[in-house]
Amino acid sequence: MSAKKKLQKRKRSKSLQRLLSFCKPYRGKLYAAMIFAFLYVALSLTAPVLLGYAIDKAVGKGMVDFAGIAVLLIMVGVSAGSSALFGWLMNMFTYSVAYLTTRDMRRMVYSKFNSTPLSYIDSSPHGDLLSRLINDVDAVADGLLQGITKLFSGSVMIIATLGFMLVISPPIALVVVIITPLSMFVAAFITRLSQRQFREQSEIQGELSTRIEEYIGRQRLVKAFSFEEDSVSEFEEINERLRVSGQKSQFYSSLANPSTRFVNGIVTAAVCIVGSLSAMNGAISIGQIATFITYANQYTKPFNEVTGVIPQLQAALAGADRVFAVLDEQDEYPPDSECEETEGRSRGELDINHISFSYNPQRPLITDFTLNVDHAKRVAIVGPTGCGKTTFINLLMRFYDIQSGTIMLDGKSIYELKRSSLRSQFGMVLQDSWLYSASVRDNIAYGKPDATIEEVIAAAKKAHIHRFIERLPDGYDTMITEAGDNLSQGQRQLMCIARVMLCDPPMLILDEATSSIDTRTEIKIQQAFSEMMKGRTSFIVAHRLSTIREADIILVMKDGNIIEQGSHDELIAAGGFYRELYTSQFAPSA
Amino acid sequence: MFRLARFLKDYKLQLIFGPLCKLIEAILELLVPLVTADIIDNGVKSGDPGYVLSHGAIMIGMGAAGLCFALVCQKSASIASQGFGTKLRNALFSHINTLSHAELDSIGTPSLITRMTNDINRLQQAVAMLIRLVIRAPFLIIGAMVMTFLIDVRLALIFAVAAPLTGLVLYIVMRASLPYFKRMQTGLDKVSLISRENLSGNRVIRAFNKQKEDEKRFGEANDSLTATAVRGGKISTLLNPLSYVIAQAAIIAIVWFGSGLVNTGEFTTGQIIALVNYMTLIQLTMIVVSDLVVLFTRAAVSAARVNEIFDTKPSVTECENPSDDFSDDADAVRFDNVSFCYKGHGLALKNISFTAKEGETIGIIGGTGSGKSTLVNLIPRFYDAVEGSVYVCGQDVRKCSFEGLRSRIGIVPQKAELFSGTIKSNLLRSKPDATDGEIEKALKISQAYEFVSKAPEGLEMHISSGGKNLSGGQRQRLTIARAVLRSPQILILDDSASALDFATDAALRRALAEQTQGMTVFMVSQRVGTVRYSDKILVLDGGELVGTGTHKELIRSCPVYKEICLSQLRREEVENDVG
Repeated sequence: MSAKKKLQKRKRSKSLQRLLSFCKPYRGKLYAAMIFAFLYVALSLTAPVLLGYAIDKAVGKGMVDFAGIAVLLIMVGVSAGSSALFGWLMNMFTYSVAYLTTRDMRRMVYSKFNSTPLSYIDSSPHGDLLSRLINDVDAVADGLLQGITKLFSGSVMIIATLGFMLVISPPIALVVVIITPLSMFVAAFITRLSQRQFREQSEIQGELSTRIEEYIGRQRLVKAFSFEEDSVSEFEEINERLRVSGQKSQFYSSLANPSTRFVNGIVTAAVCIVGSLSAMNGAISIGQIATFITYANQYTKPFNEVTGVIPQLQAALAGADRVFAVLDEQDEYPPDSECEETEGRSRGELDINHISFSYNPQRPLITDFTLNVDHAKRVAIVGPTGCGKTTFINLLMRFYDIQSGTIMLDGKSIYELKRSSLRSQFGMVLQDSWLYSASVRDNIAYGKPDATIEEVIAAAKKAHIHRFIERLPDGYDTMITEAGDNLSQGQRQLMCIARVMLCDPPMLILDEATSSIDTRTEIKIQQAFSEMMKGRTSFIVAHRLSTIREADIILVMKDGNIIEQGSHDELIAAGGFYRELYTSQFAPSA
Repeated sequence: MFRLARFLKDYKLQLIFGPLCKLIEAILELLVPLVTADIIDNGVKSGDPGYVLSHGAIMIGMGAAGLCFALVCQKSASIASQGFGTKLRNALFSHINTLSHAELDSIGTPSLITRMTNDINRLQQAVAMLIRLVIRAPFLIIGAMVMTFLIDVRLALIFAVAAPLTGLVLYIVMRASLPYFKRMQTGLDKVSLISRENLSGNRVIRAFNKQKEDEKRFGEANDSLTATAVRGGKISTLLNPLSYVIAQAAIIAIVWFGSGLVNTGEFTTGQIIALVNYMTLIQLTMIVVSDLVVLFTRAAVSAARVNEIFDTKPSVTECENPSDDFSDDADAVRFDNVSFCYKGHGLALKNISFTAKEGETIGIIGGTGSGKSTLVNLIPRFYDAVEGSVYVCGQDVRKCSFEGLRSRIGIVPQKAELFSGTIKSNLLRSKPDATDGEIEKALKISQAYEFVSKAPEGLEMHISSGGKNLSGGQRQRLTIARAVLRSPQILILDDSASALDFATDAALRRALAEQTQGMTVFMVSQRVGTVRYSDKILVLDGGELVGTGTHKELIRSCPVYKEICLSQLRREEVENDVG
């Protein structure tokens, strides 16, 4: 075995161990399932034996021992009945263990989404993360279910029948024991073969899913540029590759069952031959051969079942690995528990000293950035697209951490504060207005769940969305659907603004907060914000002039740096980049 | 479900030979006990080792033959099911391509995607199982029943009771557990919905420190999913024990009454054993049948979901004999008393009439929800007007081909979306045979040339799905370049500059005006600055056209426009324009 294979094998057994560690809280149920499995198997093995005895008592005409048969048949009934009961209990406990374990896994993955650095969420395709949470965990549940029921009861069955066979005739039992592992080898060989195919298939499947998502999700573009036909031929090409690979992997994996059945056929034949030959020598009776063949069959059947669940177990382990990969992501460091609370409401004095930051080490973004913001100042950030305006907000909120320099809030480094404590000092409205599927009221009261309906309405009025909400079918109790198709972008944005207005935070961050709102409404919103910003430090990222003009400090950013800084009038007077930006808005188009 | 059988028609051979081979394998398997009995009865009793060995070899030969037949069956199953799935996917994809915006709106993208992937996969699996098991299982049950009747009609009556009873139990258990399966599916939908919301709103959740509440919300959905799964499991796992109990009861009855018959000399012990074996066989097969029932019930649900799409007919279709009779002398675009409403909503556009001449720039402005985007969506015929007509180059859009109409139009949608691939591959979507020179020109007009040429890979720069590796502004500029590249007669910018800073926006407008002579440009915007220099501005308010004219005319004549201007420009500026 090569070193690589050994490593792989070790990795696999490690994943299995880790998977089993998730079952630990449900040990009791797991043991119960095992005990019931044992009882189930034992009883289902005794029923045929008792039945055999009963049949033996009906030897021929006039020689039937009815009393004896009755007793034996009652025993068969009892053992069959209790075997059924134990079988059901075994299944029930297995279901519990499998689903409770995967429930815990799901919950852990989910809370990981909230505890990893935001860069992980930003950089991973969301479809992939979701698929891990839903599909991969599902595969683990299936694997556990099948694994525990089939694998465990199968092994018990193998051991029990082996015991019975050894009692009857050790040499013949030996023949069975020697040949049967063959089916294991065959199964292992086939699994290895199909595993490669499976990997290829799931890669192509991923490729196809991406295409489907793009072409169906952006169907409007496909139509607009009339490339329906191209998209179909591209799709068909990938689909064809999927067919070829899918056909191969399906065929290879479906080989396992008939092949092991064939090995079992050989076992039966061997038992028959060896048994018959020893019967000729008088070593065993003919009746014993019959029993032996029955048992040999019973012995090989679980092998079939076990090989039958192997693909499922493989899928489960592969799924578990993908789930573990998420769980192994680092949490935000240092954890909040090691940090301090802020001392009450922040005064909103920020000192940013020589900070540097980049998303990608090869492309430096913010370098040596310094800014001092006094209490209750209004800071506007302008600059061309991609100059780092939003990045600056990311750093203030500690969505991302700086690589060098310091950021001090009220004289204390924000890296010594709890994130929750820091973030609660800010009210934030982003360009991308996020609402969740709950009522309008719940959405507005998101940051203050105990708000009364009067407070919610007051906030909605300030955000100029109250009249619209009233017109909705259920007013404030109207449910917001996921796609949000019952609301326009602008209306969604207004609700996000109402949400922040209700919270009354000491500092405000508005990142293109009014970009989707028409300008007449925007003016009114702006007034409400101005009202709110009195006595608070605020940061505003905007394109529109009306928003920027009234700021105390305007930061003009370009390529990650502040290139100009000052009030509107100062900057216009200075005649730099800002003036150029400002006048260009009024540049004639022809 | 059977309507989808048309996708199987190229696999008739596999559909016949697959189950047939499986049947032969089953028969061979059933014969093994007979050979065994023969070895014992003839070989051992006569003490002939040669007989034992030769018949042992026959058994192995039968096993090998069975293996071969099984392989043929598995091969057929894999060919037919994967082929079926592939054909179905292709057909569904093509069909979705023919649907119009109205249908896409109502079904929703996520649902289309799950139907395309999950549901078809499930149907594919059902086809494989159809070939592998559907013939075999009933064959075994019926075969076993027939055999019992051949052995003894009286005892066969026990089977006649037990088999339907098992069937009944199967039916009751399935019926009781099906609602749980369905609820599991919706529970899973809920879990995935909440997770999707978490991922898209991760920043907001953290900003409001709502991680705990958010996890609680997820926990509730997750717990209820688990509870449903466990409860459903309790019921569906009843099936095997119950059918086992019925079978055992039948076996007890067989032995009891059978012994009576043995006592009267009408029956042999061997026959009892045979009947017991057949009952066991029936019970084991019933388990397979129950698995199949679950599989096919779920497949039927999927088939219905897929068929629903096939049954959705596009609401906007090409007319019988489209004639692309466009005239370059006519007005580029003309709306003649056009009204429009989205399904189930009030009128989104009311009696709109206007003309746009060749080379004109038309600005469209109005508040949120005033119908700006709806208006421009009628030009490439994404939707059909409810009343009135839309003309492009003198031709009624309902009378020409989609290709002919849309090849004249370049659209930059509100949402800047790109396809995964490279910058170049994205641009070529618009004009597959564009030269590098044309691409460069388009990039320069859209103000994207600078950042593209700065990228180390240039035009070959990789774009990830959705264009996530670019900033919003960069994406938007590329979508503009894409539309400009095909040098359309009509260019529609649907609020396409919202992510651009005003300097870039202004440069873009200047470049468009200078370099695209003869192109009719529609500019939808909320910014006065974007539309004010247009040749004609359409002012929309609540779906009505409340003003048409130039900036100066409108400031004087249109109160809505004036109000919009006052909200964005300095008062002196507005008054200057009036003056």
